[in-house]
Amino acid sequence: MIEAQLLNGVALGSILALVALGLTIIFGLLGLVNFAHGAFFMVGAYAGWIVYTQTGSFVLGVATALVFAFIVGIVVERVLIRFYYKRPPEDQILVTFGLNIVLVETVRAIFGGKTQLVPSPSWGQGAVQIADFVYPQYRLEVVGIVALTLAVMWLILFKTRLGLIVRAGIDDALIVNILGINVNRTFMLVFALGVAVAGLSGIIDAPIVAVYPDMGTDILVQSFVVVVIGGVGSFAGAILGGIVAGEIVSVTTAFAPDYGQVMLYVAMALVLILRPQGLLGVEGRA
Amino acid sequence: MSLNRERFLKTTAGAAAGVAAGASGMHIAFGADYSPIGTFPAGTQGDSVFLGLMCPLTGSYSADGEDLRRGYVLALEDLNNGTGVMGKIPSLAGKKGLLGKKVAYKIADSETNPNTAVQHATEFITQNKAIMISGGVATSEVIAMGKVAQQQKVLFMTGASGSNDTTGKDCQRYMFRSQCDAYMVAAAITPILAKALGTKRKAIYLTPDYSYGHSLANSMKEFTEKIGWTTVADVVAPFPSSDYSSYLTNIANSSADTFINIEFGNDGVASTKQAAQFGILKKMQLVVPNISTYFPDGVGSDIMGGVYGTQEWFYRLADIYPLSKVFFDEYEKKFPGIIPRWTGHIAYTQVALWADAVARAKTFHPPTVIETLEAGHPIDLMLGTVHYRAGDHQLVRPVPVVVGKKHVDMANKEDWFKIVDVVPADKVMQPLAGTSCKMPSYT
Repeated sequence: MIEAQLLNGVALGSILALVALGLTIIFGLLGLVNFAHGAFFMVGAYAGWIVYTQTGSFVLGVATALVFAFIVGIVVERVLIRFYYKRPPEDQILVTFGLNIVLVETVRAIFGGKTQLVPSPSWGQGAVQIADFVYPQYRLEVVGIVALTLAVMWLILFKTRLGLIVRAGIDDALIVNILGINVNRTFMLVFALGVAVAGLSGIIDAPIVAVYPDMGTDILVQSFVVVVIGGVGSFAGAILGGIVAGEIVSVTTAFAPDYGQVMLYVAMALVLILRPQGLLGVEGRA
Repeated sequence: MSLNRERFLKTTAGAAAGVAAGASGMHIAFGADYSPIGTFPAGTQGDSVFLGLMCPLTGSYSADGEDLRRGYVLALEDLNNGTGVMGKIPSLAGKKGLLGKKVAYKIADSETNPNTAVQHATEFITQNKAIMISGGVATSEVIAMGKVAQQQKVLFMTGASGSNDTTGKDCQRYMFRSQCDAYMVAAAITPILAKALGTKRKAIYLTPDYSYGHSLANSMKEFTEKIGWTTVADVVAPFPSSDYSSYLTNIANSSADTFINIEFGNDGVASTKQAAQFGILKKMQLVVPNISTYFPDGVGSDIMGGVYGTQEWFYRLADIYPLSKVFFDEYEKKFPGIIPRWTGHIAYTQVALWADAVARAKTFHPPTVIETLEAGHPIDLMLGTVHYRAGDHQLVRPVPVVVGKKHVDMANKEDWFKIVDVVPADKVMQPLAGTSCKMPSYT
């Protein structure tokens, strides 16, 4: 049974890692504390769910979630977020928290508060026999999808000119501007990229947890825990934090189901006491 | 009981008279019998009285809350027009409204959240002078509002609540519950499970971590272990949850052959669908002791077929009870295309029981209405003849036990269940001594 829970920990953790990655990109590269991340997760899920139920194609749903969330990201960044990069974190928290409420209530006004069940895609139904236990096929595929997404994100941020400009812009925006590079536009793209990843996570998680207006709230809290455990602003930290969080919940559940969630917060407290910068965070970076 | 009540009336009336003599003498205008208490008489002075209704229209139990809402809307319309089931109750027949007053109401979204429920209940009491409050689907909401009702001395007719605690350790003088409690569900279903599934089953539970979950799981364990079943494990998950994978991994890899899912509402649907993905439903018999209103629609007939459980009320009871037929027809007329579910039945029943007690007491005065309810006067409703038990405020009523139909056996898309038995109240009620209810006082 412990093998089954270890595997489940990876599956649980991979979704958390993906959501946390969006958070950590936006915070680590733009220095923005984004409390609207859960709402972006939810917006992506709804956009993907609508297209999925209309067309019957889950892949099309995923693509829609990604593109729609990216566009939402650009709009939100242009009209709101860009004025807050230089503002203190408490202002950022307030404005993104408010944005979260606006987005959630808008979706509730349009679609109602009901939970909408989302069937697994045709290629993700059924269960797989692994050694002496069975595991849902879709959850295994989610691990693969997340791994692929993480690889693409890593390439974008660390192997492209965009990534180079972003990282330079964080260190010294003035110099990058003097070099004739439009840092503002780069920041906009980075923010939209973080939002797009959140939206993608939403539709990928939808067949597992169903779609409802508050679906982002739980995951937002957990992904902040992941970021704290992994290290704020660290790409690898988001992945490690996600897996660690998933394993903590899963393995604890094998022995004491009612302590699964509690242990997650115990772990976060321990990390904050023993290694405040997080497992893979760099001291003073954040 | 009546001695206490007399003493209570004398002392409060005396105290009130003392206060009134020095002040305005207001209570005398309302008859010396009924001293002011809670929102009485303030809430009854106009030509209408107000009911505050809390329905979880969002959150985990939103689908059940939506049907609860429709039940209230129909009940209040019938009460104000003297139509439907209300028109068939002797004390209400031929009358519009209640004691000559229109019954106004507002419905608030309790969000499946005790804090929100309490906030709305308090607003309705303080701002609208609600003479009665009702609602909630999660036991956590109901128990929290019960405390408000007791504190504010305003009657509270519960919405859905299946925990033994509601009429047990958390019972309140001002709270009455019509749904069957966990003990009744377990007592009703266990003999049927023994007959259908045998006496050598190994059961594993998935339980939401709050009063309702623990109460129903414990009652089911108690009864099934008596017939020879063993309990492999009780897997407790936070309430609410959305991803049950770590809990289901435990269950999938256990030695159990029977999966007893205590989860309710959206959580019940999500956990059951996820259990199917884990292959659990292929190797274990599913039992859902308390099947929430839209559970069958959520999981579909492939999963539903052969699942044993109970329904607080099911529309096919219209074949057995004439007033269920009246309720069904009226509901269909009011909400075309929607079949009433059991939370709607609870809403209607609770308003009817309260209205009947008010009509027979000839006053809205809460302690007098409570005393009328406690007197246990039998009343014919959608489940035959029922009455409230004085000691714990549990409705004495039968429990319908059902089994899910396979798709081929369904006469129409709402024909989810075959009614196995309607177990009479005397076979399922927990003896009063067994409940841990210590009934608080009127004041």
